[in-house]
Order: sequence, then C-alpha cells, then structure tokens
Amino acid sequence: MFKAVFILLALSCAASVGIAQEASKILGTSALQQIEGAGGGGIVPWATIGGYGSEGEWGGAASAGGVQVSDLVLDAGGVLIGWNNRVEVSFMQQTLQVNELSSGPFDAVIQQHIYGAKVRAFGHLIYEPWPQISVGVQQKLNLNPNIPIDVLGADSDRGTDIYVSASKLWLHALAERNLLLNVTARYTNANQNGLLGFGNGDGSDYRWVAEASAGVFLNHHWAIGGEYRQQPDRLASVDESPWWDAFVAWFPSKRIAVVAAYVDLGTVALWDEQRGGYVSIQITN
Amino acid sequence: MRNRVLINRVAGCGLVLFLAGCALKPSQQATLYDRLGGNEGVTAIVDNLLYELAGNEKLIGFFEETDINRFRTKLIEQLCEVSDGPCRYSGDSMAKAHSNMTLNRSHFDSLVNDLIAAMDANDTPVAAQNDLLARLVPMYDEVMHPQKYLSDADQY
Ligand code: HEM
Repeated sequence: MFKAVFILLALSCAASVGIAQEASKILGTSALQQIEGAGGGGIVPWATIGGYGSEGEWGGAASAGGVQVSDLVLDAGGVLIGWNNRVEVSFMQQTLQVNELSSGPFDAVIQQHIYGAKVRAFGHLIYEPWPQISVGVQQKLNLNPNIPIDVLGADSDRGTDIYVSASKLWLHALAERNLLLNVTARYTNANQNGLLGFGNGDGSDYRWVAEASAGVFLNHHWAIGGEYRQQPDRLASVDESPWWDAFVAWFPSKRIAVVAAYVDLGTVALWDEQRGGYVSIQITN
Repeated sequence: MRNRVLINRVAGCGLVLFLAGCALKPSQQATLYDRLGGNEGVTAIVDNLLYELAGNEKLIGFFEETDINRFRTKLIEQLCEVSDGPCRYSGDSMAKAHSNMTLNRSHFDSLVNDLIAAMDANDTPVAAQNDLLARLVPMYDEVMHPQKYLSDADQY
C-alpha cells in the first residue's frame, strides 16, 4: 500500500515538473534513474544530469522497478530532479526480500533510503571534445539494520558514498551508431549497496571501487549495453562479488523510458550465483 | 577448345569482379551527401528544418530579422559541403553568422532536435543522420563562443 502511494506521489512529482517547462535535451540523453536513484544506467551512476532539462531548464524522472534473482527480490522506486543540466537531487527507496522458497534468518525485509546529489563539474556529454565529468554523493540509511549488524557483523546502519563519473556519447562511432561510455570511481563502505549495512565491525571501512557502462543507440529509441560494478567486499562473514548487467533500453518518447536487463549479482549474503532480471519503468521530463 | 576455356575463365573472373564490385562499390564510394539523398535530399532536409524552426517557440525569436532565403541557400550549401557533396559553402563563418545572438546549450539542443526531426521526416537512415551530426558537432564551440574566433579571424 505504502509503495503504491509512494509511486503515485513520485509520478505526480515528475508530471508537475513536466508541466512547468519544455525540456530540450536529445531523446535518450536523460539517461535512466539507476538502482540508487542517481541519473545513470541500471546499476552505475553516470555523469549525466537526470531528465531532459538543458541549460536554464528543469528536468525530472520518477521510476519504479525491481531486480529478481534466484533467491532475492529487490524493489526500487524513486524520483530525481535536475536543474540547468548542472545539479541533480534524487531519492530512492529500496526493499530487499528473500524469495519465499528460501528460508532461515533472512526471512525478513530490509529497507533502505538513499538521498543523492550530483553536480556536473565540466564538459558536455555530446558537444565538447572532452567527456562530461560530475561529482556525486549518496547518503544511505538502512532502516532494518538488525540483520546486517547483529547477524552479519556490519559496522553501521548508514554510510555516504562519494563518486566521480565521466560520460561521453560519441556520435557515429560504432557501426555508424552513437556510443556511450561511462566510468565511475566510488568511495564506499556500503555492503551490497548498503542493504547489508556499512563496513565491517572490525573497522574495515571505506575504499575505492570501479564501475563502468557501455551502450549503443541502435536508433533514436533503442539502446543496448552492459555494465560492471565492483563492490567493496568488506564483510568478514560473507563474500561480495562484482555486479554485471546486460541491458536493453527503450525511449518511445521523452515522457517514458523502459529498461530491462539480465543481471548477475554473484554472491549475496548466503546465496551465490544470484542471476536474474531487472526491469524499470520511468516517467521523465 | 583452349579458347573456350580461356573465354570461360575470363568471363568467370569478370563475373566475380563484377559481383565484388557491386558488393563493395556503393558502401565504399557513396558519399554522405548521396546517403542524405543528394541535392534533393539535402534541400528537403533544410526545408523540413525551416518548418520545424517555424514552430519552435524557443528558437523562432532568433530568426526574426533573418533573410530566410539566404539562410536556406547557405545552409543547403553548407550541409552539401560538409557531407562531401559537390558544393562550396559561400556563407559567413560560423562565428560571424552567430555573433549577434546569445545562445546557450538549450538552444543548441533544441536545434539538434529540430534537425533530427527534419531528417526523420525525410526518412534519412539513422547511420547517415549520425554521420551528419558528428560532422556538425565540431562547430559547436564556434557557434556558441563566436567572440573567441572573431578576434583571431576577423579577416572573414
Ligand atoms: C552546428 C550548429 C549550427 C550550424 C552548422 C549553423 C549554420 C548556419 C548557417 C550556415 C547560417 C547562414 C550563415 C550566412 O547567412 O552566411 C546560419 C545562420 C543563423 N543561425 Fe545557425 N547554425 C548552427 C547553430 C545555430 C543555433 C544553435 C542557432 C540558435 C537559434 C542558430 C541560429 C541562426 C540564426 C538566427 C541565423 C541567421 C543569422 C542572420 O540573420 O544573419 N544557429 N547558421
């Protein structure tokens, strides 16, 4: 129930931003709201400022989606607002649940709130020869820290990720198509995104991890690509492996975007080989 | 008999070369200009663009004092030259042409949207669209910051 209300709220937020002004960026260059709420791909935050707002304009997005892998389900819904193609603020709510068939101490729900902000430092995704560079922060608050802290030995229920992203869209670059590349360096202590808490009880804490995305626009409306995201692997009790995905994104208009992906989260807590699907629907302006 | 074999071979080689030529020629030698539809195609794209601009509230103001016939002719020339067509651009430098306006990126984005719509309306293939945009984007800096270029290149 809460979720439905939340999503409605989110969508109406985006819609009201939409009514406010026409936004000029090129179709598809809004990027998507990634799993933590920032403008980006599916799992990696990009240097792009979310939504279609160009210089002097507002943009926005609201998304609802989820990941379903062998033993786990992760729902995610959120909103972002971009201004002047310069600043982006975002919110995302994530809810992790163990599939019904799996059991044990994880028979519970873990919810997390992520507040994000990002600033474009310099460059432009398309027009300038050098890439667009942005700096971002994600403040994460795990609302159900019992399992992460008491069972898995995480240090904290909250953490702050800091990242730097470089994104560039090369026109007519690969098989005469437009090619997007992004690399991100993130300073984090978030175990599985923060869903399994932050750091390890013994003090093992923040470290730099690398993330990357590549995508090709087949035409104005369809893009395919893949992403990689290293994880800090801080918990002593369980392993954490990098995330991968292969995605298809559809931009039928500037109002809506749909992304579907095959994801491989590797080992998550007690479960290994966590592979499955990711789907997200987004309303944009 | 011998002649016959020779003739067959020559004919065979000829056929192979001919087919190979057919397979390679269009993709290797067609200029972007050809792929945009030649003079007819480029003219149609520019006319579609003017149509888009006429309905673009964000941009139309910039063209209030513009001699649209000149703009149309020069733009056709420019797109022709840029796409390796048989033309010479005879208009002003990009810096001079845009020196009297204060453009920001939203104007540039908006024009690119209109150009894409203009090419779509002419059924220009995506590959050719991307190629043309890739050739125009390097002019971004001169269009957006004309003063930088005018001081250096006032001879135009
Ligand atoms: C790479 C991008 C652009 C290219 C290749 C381009 C090309 C041209 C050309 C060839 C001309 C005619 C020059 C002449 O009369 O000798 C022109 C004029 C003009 N352009 Fe652009 N342009 C670009 C970007 C823009 C943008 C973003 C705007 C924003 C509205 C704009 C507005 C105009 C206007 C208003 C004129 C007419 C100026 C006058 O009245 O003399 N252009 N442009």
